[in-house]
Amino acid sequence: MASNGIRDRVAIVGMGCTPFGERWDKGADDLLVDATKDAIASAGVALDDIDAFWLGTLGAGNSGLTLSRPLKIDYRPVTRVENFCATGSESLRNACYAVASGAYDLAMAIGVEKLKDSGFSGLTGIHQVGDGTGTSLTSPAAFSFLAPSYAHKYGVDPEELKEVLTRIAWKNHYNGARNPRAQFRKEVSLETISRSPRVAGELGVFDCSGVADGSAAAIVCRAEDAHRYTDRPLYVKGLSMVAGPAAGPIDPEYDYTTFEEVIRSAQDAYRQAGVTDPRAQLAMAEVHDCFTPTELVLMEDLGFAERGMGWKEVLAGTFDLDGELPVNPDGGLKSFGHPIGASGLRMMFECWLQLRREAPAERQIKSVTEGGRTLGLTHNLGGGPGECVSFVSVVGSEPSD
Amino acid sequence: MTSGIGAWGVYLPFWRLERKAIGAALGGPSGRGTRTVASYDEDTTTLGVEAGRRALEVPGGWTPDQVLFSSPEPAYQDKTNATTVHAALGLPQRVAAFDMVGSVRSAVGALVTAVATADRTPTLAVLADIRTGLAGGADERDSGDGAVAFACVADGAVAELIGRASASDEFLDRWRVPGEPYSHQWEERFGEQAYVPLAQAAFADALKSAGIGLDDIDHLVVAGLHVRAVKATTGSLGVEAAVVAPDRTGAVGNLGAAQLGVGLADVLERATPGQTVVTLQLADGADAQVWRTTDALPAAQEARRAAGLATVADQVEAGRSDLSYASFLTWRDQLHREPPRRPEPTRPGAPNMLRTEAWKFGFSASRCLACGFRHLPPTRVCLRCKSVDQMEPDRLADVEGTVATFTIDYLAYSLAPPTVGVVVDFDGGGRFRCELTDCDPDAVGIGTRVQMTFRRLYSADGMHNYFWKARPLDAPSDGDGPAGDATMGAVGSKAPASGKEA
Repeated sequence: MASNGIRDRVAIVGMGCTPFGERWDKGADDLLVDATKDAIASAGVALDDIDAFWLGTLGAGNSGLTLSRPLKIDYRPVTRVENFCATGSESLRNACYAVASGAYDLAMAIGVEKLKDSGFSGLTGIHQVGDGTGTSLTSPAAFSFLAPSYAHKYGVDPEELKEVLTRIAWKNHYNGARNPRAQFRKEVSLETISRSPRVAGELGVFDCSGVADGSAAAIVCRAEDAHRYTDRPLYVKGLSMVAGPAAGPIDPEYDYTTFEEVIRSAQDAYRQAGVTDPRAQLAMAEVHDCFTPTELVLMEDLGFAERGMGWKEVLAGTFDLDGELPVNPDGGLKSFGHPIGASGLRMMFECWLQLRREAPAERQIKSVTEGGRTLGLTHNLGGGPGECVSFVSVVGSEPSD
Repeated sequence: MTSGIGAWGVYLPFWRLERKAIGAALGGPSGRGTRTVASYDEDTTTLGVEAGRRALEVPGGWTPDQVLFSSPEPAYQDKTNATTVHAALGLPQRVAAFDMVGSVRSAVGALVTAVATADRTPTLAVLADIRTGLAGGADERDSGDGAVAFACVADGAVAELIGRASASDEFLDRWRVPGEPYSHQWEERFGEQAYVPLAQAAFADALKSAGIGLDDIDHLVVAGLHVRAVKATTGSLGVEAAVVAPDRTGAVGNLGAAQLGVGLADVLERATPGQTVVTLQLADGADAQVWRTTDALPAAQEARRAAGLATVADQVEAGRSDLSYASFLTWRDQLHREPPRRPEPTRPGAPNMLRTEAWKFGFSASRCLACGFRHLPPTRVCLRCKSVDQMEPDRLADVEGTVATFTIDYLAYSLAPPTVGVVVDFDGGGRFRCELTDCDPDAVGIGTRVQMTFRRLYSADGMHNYFWKARPLDAPSDGDGPAGDATMGAVGSKAPASGKEA
């Protein structure tokens, strides 16, 4: 058994990302065309130059035709992938491996989702015929199990934990207010967040990510070819994806304060990337803040904070835009909503901007410009506490020595 | 060999509607007391399952040869409801399951047939009813929902059927065309005049058939939806008022098909050996039964206490009576409320349900033979030791558990929002996440003790989706042992229930 990784063998040489939001004006086809146009322009290539495509979507369509039809791609491989909320990241991972293998020279990963056309509130599942014994609980309810368990385990007063969660939402909205592509581009006061109507457990509306449409895309090639397309490629340092045995819901030992899948995928990605101290080495992280308690737990599972101390680091501002390790500097799922297939690539798009120092001045992070850090992390998880898939990538603006 | 009733089980739903709530909403007087209300996730099948579980608990290991299910309000037509009851009770495939659905009279027919043939065909008779009525009407106000089940045994009976008689007649007192949500009734005094002579005749013939006189009667139960006829009959039979069983309808309502059986169970919980009980039901004629309790009764009563089974009297006192009239109307489909902007539940697949029948209906998990890890739902590959196909079935329907964590879901689709989600750790191992029903969301916490209950999760496209939920268990009050023994859980509703059982 080995997870050898492809450190520095593949580079991202172009990216595109549509504005996210209630895109009543755009269908999935339009969003795919928009993201593709941006990505190929960014890489300075034509659609015909791309040898193979990976399309991530949960429900915008089945098969590669979902992409080849609107883009009129001429007889080339287009693979549709799906892996819950890590779908967009999964498309990138597969495209990277394809060029690393030498099978193709230039590949595109693209993700899209069109959630707002359903007419329903919140996320809705894709119907599969079952035996009717599945849970009726919604996603916010499943993730809301984390908050009381965390408070109980670490002796945090529930009121104080509520402040912590509120601050996570506040921070992400603060960042999103500085991002023209975000769905929500306004700061939200702590009071508004903490008083928002309950959705599940301790979670209010503002503890939940929004529902949005959007698309994002990345063009990848082997690292040695990167400078044909850009002076400032992003090098892929590590890519890890794990699916767990879905132990949490059936194992009495699971305590709802951690995601084992995240721990495992982070360890794997760090090992591939040569990261030994993520808090000190990473310039930034884009993590899966589907709900505020998720981001809190992720700070510990990703090794950004000691176990049981994440809540203090949140309150101390460690993960703020001007903090030691900015987390979700683009505003996160909180500000962008979560078009499933697009989110992972949207996160990578922020690494693309920040590590290349192309982010707007009001949110360009100092860990890059002043701290000289060159590594960024993206993370997705799909499923729920105790039963999920998790993806972690590490990318960098410099090749390793 | 003493065949007859070997055990009984009664289930009265958790929810009660105060009659004054009806008056408060509609104006005008509405009477005192409460009526039982089947929850939004209950139907006559699930009520029957709960009664059946209680009837099967005490004989401990007794298995009937057949299940008879009777209700005027069956969940399905052209599909046997008794098979659902059979599956939820975890009975073996060889046990027959028949519906005897129809009018209230069918219920007494099912019971008497079961008892009369028990020497050759031990039978579980399950009688359940959900009484409906239009808003503001007498049926809505005076009826109730509930179920009763009798284990009719070939030997070891606690009550023998020593005489019976019927008086059949064709007249229109109460009727309902299939599909109608409520029944119609002819003018009250007409029914009274039709019923009383029939009831008197059946009563007299039954005594004659048993070879007893009026003075031999220790307990009398008279049941029927025609309240005025029941009263007039009872007063005309010449029995002393002291032998007439207590009227529970003020707190419970008239339970229709279950009323006679619940009355009989109520008597059996108080009777002594060698007593004579007469039950008389007025429904499209009259049917009278004469029972004699046996020396086996005290042991059965004691076993029920030891198992923590709530008596009828306990259940009458229990429950929660702050159900709003608006919720009641919503649950009975008489008030159409704006649904949440969420997808409606979709129907399950018939093949899927057949494949997982033992789990879905019987709540049978799997336990790894190699390492003992318990899996809910059952799996083929062990989570802990990864052994493949080394599992034995492990029915947990009667095993209690403890809430490990919980949440209140305000977004999930439900007729009674908010949905309470709990993660349950079962005594003896195993974890499952499910809904908590019959609860006060504010009173749920980590450590809350729960038991499982069979419910209808929802209906879609004319299909009912049954599965199990958790419901709070009251703290043990009679202290006969620590919670933690995982054999057969006490299923008493709100009555003192022990954490450990016989």
